[in-house]
Amino acid sequence: MTIDLKTVKHISKLSRISIDDNKAKKLGKDLNSIFSFIEKLNELDTKNTEPLTSIAETTLKLRKDEIKSQNIREDILKNSPDKNKDFFVVPKVVE
Amino acid sequence: MSKNNDEYLIIRNNNKYEVIIGLEVHAQVLSESKLFSTSSTKFGSEPNTQVSLVDAAFPGMLPVINEHCIKQAVKTGIGLKATINKRSIFDRKNYFYADLPQGYQISQYKNPIVGEGSVVLDMPNGEKNIGIERLHLEQDAGKSIHDIDPQNTLVDLNRSGVALMEIVSKPDLRSLDEVNAYIKKLRSIMRYLGTCDGNMQEGSLRADVNVSVRKKGDKKLGTRCEIKNVNSIKFMQMAIDFEANRQVDVIEEGGSIDQETRLFDTKKNETRSMRSKEDAHDYRYFPDPDLLPLELNDNYIDQIKKDIPELPDEKKKRFIEKFKLSPYEANILVSDIEISKYFEEVSKNSDVKLATNWITGELFALLNEKNIEITESPISSKNLSKLINLIKDGTISGKIAKSVFEIMRDGDKDPISIVEEKGLKQQSDPKELENLINKVITENPKNVEAYKSGKDKLFGFFVGQVMKNSNGKANPKLVNEILKKKLS
Amino acid sequence: MSNITDLKLVELVDKIKKKELSSAEVTIAFIERSKKSKKLNTFISENYDNAIKKAKIFDQKPDFKKKLPGIPIAVKDLFCTKNIRTTAGSKILENFVPTYESTVTQNILDEGGIIIGKLNCDEFAMGSSNETSYFGNVQNPVSENLVPGGSSGGSSSALAAKLTPATIGTDTGGSIRQPASFTGTVGLKPTYGSCSRYGIVAFASSLDQAGPMTHDVKDCSLMLEIMSNYDTKDSTSVEFKRENYLNNLNENIKGKKIGIPKEYRVEGMPKEIDELWEKGIKIIKENGGEIIEISLPNTNYALPTYYIVAPAEASSNLARYDGVKYGFRSKGENLIDMYEKTRSEGFGDEVKRRIMIGTYVLSSGYYDAYYLKAQKVRRLIKNDFDEAYKKVDAILTPSTPSSAFKIGEKLNDPVSMYLNDIFTVPINLAGLPAISIPAGHDKKGYPLGLQVIGKAFDEQSILNIALALEKNISFKNNITDWWIK
Repeated sequence: MTIDLKTVKHISKLSRISIDDNKAKKLGKDLNSIFSFIEKLNELDTKNTEPLTSIAETTLKLRKDEIKSQNIREDILKNSPDKNKDFFVVPKVVE
Repeated sequence: MSKNNDEYLIIRNNNKYEVIIGLEVHAQVLSESKLFSTSSTKFGSEPNTQVSLVDAAFPGMLPVINEHCIKQAVKTGIGLKATINKRSIFDRKNYFYADLPQGYQISQYKNPIVGEGSVVLDMPNGEKNIGIERLHLEQDAGKSIHDIDPQNTLVDLNRSGVALMEIVSKPDLRSLDEVNAYIKKLRSIMRYLGTCDGNMQEGSLRADVNVSVRKKGDKKLGTRCEIKNVNSIKFMQMAIDFEANRQVDVIEEGGSIDQETRLFDTKKNETRSMRSKEDAHDYRYFPDPDLLPLELNDNYIDQIKKDIPELPDEKKKRFIEKFKLSPYEANILVSDIEISKYFEEVSKNSDVKLATNWITGELFALLNEKNIEITESPISSKNLSKLINLIKDGTISGKIAKSVFEIMRDGDKDPISIVEEKGLKQQSDPKELENLINKVITENPKNVEAYKSGKDKLFGFFVGQVMKNSNGKANPKLVNEILKKKLS
Repeated sequence: MSNITDLKLVELVDKIKKKELSSAEVTIAFIERSKKSKKLNTFISENYDNAIKKAKIFDQKPDFKKKLPGIPIAVKDLFCTKNIRTTAGSKILENFVPTYESTVTQNILDEGGIIIGKLNCDEFAMGSSNETSYFGNVQNPVSENLVPGGSSGGSSSALAAKLTPATIGTDTGGSIRQPASFTGTVGLKPTYGSCSRYGIVAFASSLDQAGPMTHDVKDCSLMLEIMSNYDTKDSTSVEFKRENYLNNLNENIKGKKIGIPKEYRVEGMPKEIDELWEKGIKIIKENGGEIIEISLPNTNYALPTYYIVAPAEASSNLARYDGVKYGFRSKGENLIDMYEKTRSEGFGDEVKRRIMIGTYVLSSGYYDAYYLKAQKVRRLIKNDFDEAYKKVDAILTPSTPSSAFKIGEKLNDPVSMYLNDIFTVPINLAGLPAISIPAGHDKKGYPLGLQVIGKAFDEQSILNIALALEKNISFKNNITDWWIK
């Protein structure tokens, strides 16, 4: 299996990471070598194996329905690269 | 387009098209705090004041699930007569958007908490079953505001992380009326259960609408389009009508429908393709490694089942059997939990028939006029039942009762005091009535003469005169009886 | 003064409790040495002034009941620390100052620890040599231009160079044990669920664990005791009886059954490592332990499995770095353009590479072939360990297939870089605890480590076995202060 340039571009789009053609070619090469190494898994028959979704040896802990967080707007907005007093500010969304 | 009583068909060039509709309803879970964080879910607060570090997806922040939201989902599942899955898994749905701080939404994909169920609709031509495919829990996103700042989009994360139940119907709906009935029924069930307030203005209930069309008689479903995030029944109906007609036009012109996501423009009353969503449509679901599978046991589910209140369908049945209401009346009275509560409180202490008539008549007219909910009714159920009892025991006539009702609506006054204060008590003392009648007979000798010589219609005149002289308080039944005797 | 920094953690605690040293003296000593050691590039952020202030406050009203009474500690820059910049080694978080504290660092503060700075690491902990950090390479104090391992490379280097008496790292596929092995120090990855992940910048949620890095096993026991707790803020935190690891520390391993997995004898492994392993086996036997040959048949599939699971989770965990709420933002014409530029400029090449791998293996049409497959193989790997632990109490292996390599040596070959983690990755996949202790040197004089792997939540046993090994090996880290003029 090989990952072509078109696929690399598609993945970069999905990942929201812009990439120029040169970088895409280099990345394609890396990905192909990594995937040829990953392909090793195909040697294994896993038809009857259940996937392991969580390694933690416990059950899901539940929380009481209580309000504990207060208004921390200042903290929340503090690190934002663009904001005003009340909101996060982002470039216009084009639909 | 033709609308028979029960058929919603689109006709072009003599081809009849059936419209197939499925709804994905997003219902906000009634809870104090959010699904995975401890911030408040209160509506209408200042922007970004109900946002925790978890809701804004700060580095290293982790979700911890709210047990109440799980219970609410299970309750709703039971209300929808659905299977409760003892093992369900939370997945991440990955996509980028300004109001999605994590870059993914925690949802349930392959293993939802609730499986198949059904909802019964009361349509004019009988009951119809609508299949429920599944119900799952997920996080709401924040809000992007595009119209405050001309250059930028502003983001408010107050809603971010609020628990939603996504209720997915089977493609069983066939008309706009059914869509209306389905949404109302779902809303009603959830309000009975206390799992969602169903407030569409505040966005507690929204839907993605799946629409496809096919030639009547065809078995195969057509390609569907999904109209995203429609927030009122009226808009759903408009969107479906537009979209179904659009699809028929495309097919009639020899084209084919592309499966796509569309949005409904309420101003232009049209649906439009959301092209920008297309390339990011691969959500890459996978189990959220920050959470473990949710395991429920039989004991837990049984405990919830025990606490399920009587739901609209059962209540309706009981009203018909116990109170001898017509299905129509019963439907109105059970449609909303608050109405049914009010009705049951009134009828507990007074005549059921009168209670039904007064609630569906005078009271509803009053609520309509004031545009308020029954919970805000200026007349309490206690006072309405007193008023009904005054009628029933003959203290006042139905006509007087209406004027008492008029006084009651300004401040929920006790009807018994009103009747006493205003002296509205019905005159039922035969002696006093005889005096009144005698006076009328003496003052109208000519009419007495005429009546006795056969002008039966004049009887009404005498009754009217007596009632007038008593200021409407004379007991009409007794007046009739005494007059008949006197004039014979 | 100069010998303060030569003391180990438990010794320092002891001397402070006996009032032989003050917190300020100790804190200043480590800070002074750190200031002279800039060449190692271990610190991303320094908290020196604040730390000295805190030490003086401690000395005014010392609380000797604390387990870390006024002890200065530098931590990996993956732990969010309140009011101290936290970068995760990335440009995208270059200016991020948390308003909150991670549970693990809070535990350290609660026991009287004083944070003197944040240590360099591979960007988002993705790397095995600390070369992916936006803040530059870290030098291994063992020798110039040698990598300190990764991703906790700043931690291992700072510890080995005695800039901090102990430190903490995170381990997703070997990120504590491999750098410990490369620098002649002790590193422990606890059982998954032992230390809270709350407030740790996430790389791969189902694999990440915080753990201690120290000079010896005793110090390691103390640190683990402090770091580990049940935390309701982390849904994967496990409620179990946490031992008093230091008090219970005991070198007696008589009757302990130690497994030797034959699959860990890989081709091309340097002879010294094989000899080291034999040395370990011999020590165990001499101390009354029983050596049992075992098989972990799916060992060879661990690395490919890891390189699906970890990037998949990372691709999603790193989606939050989008220039909206915090961190770096690049100008964009519209929202999508802003995202793409921000993430392209804000992330380094290795991080981008892994996000791409992760995105790909989760994408429609490939999920079953890669991600689901990997989850199934992960179960097989866990089953291998479950089987083995029916026969043995712990497992002994080398920590790494080679000693530290030169900076730049493996930079252009991602797969050969990944192979570094071949002995550590299976343990993360199975969620087990494992400790790496220094056990010898190779021909070049670079340190090599042995790894003891335990049963889930049985950290005490591996600490005890490690202690027995440590006593018999008497490893000496011959570090000259070459970086100090």
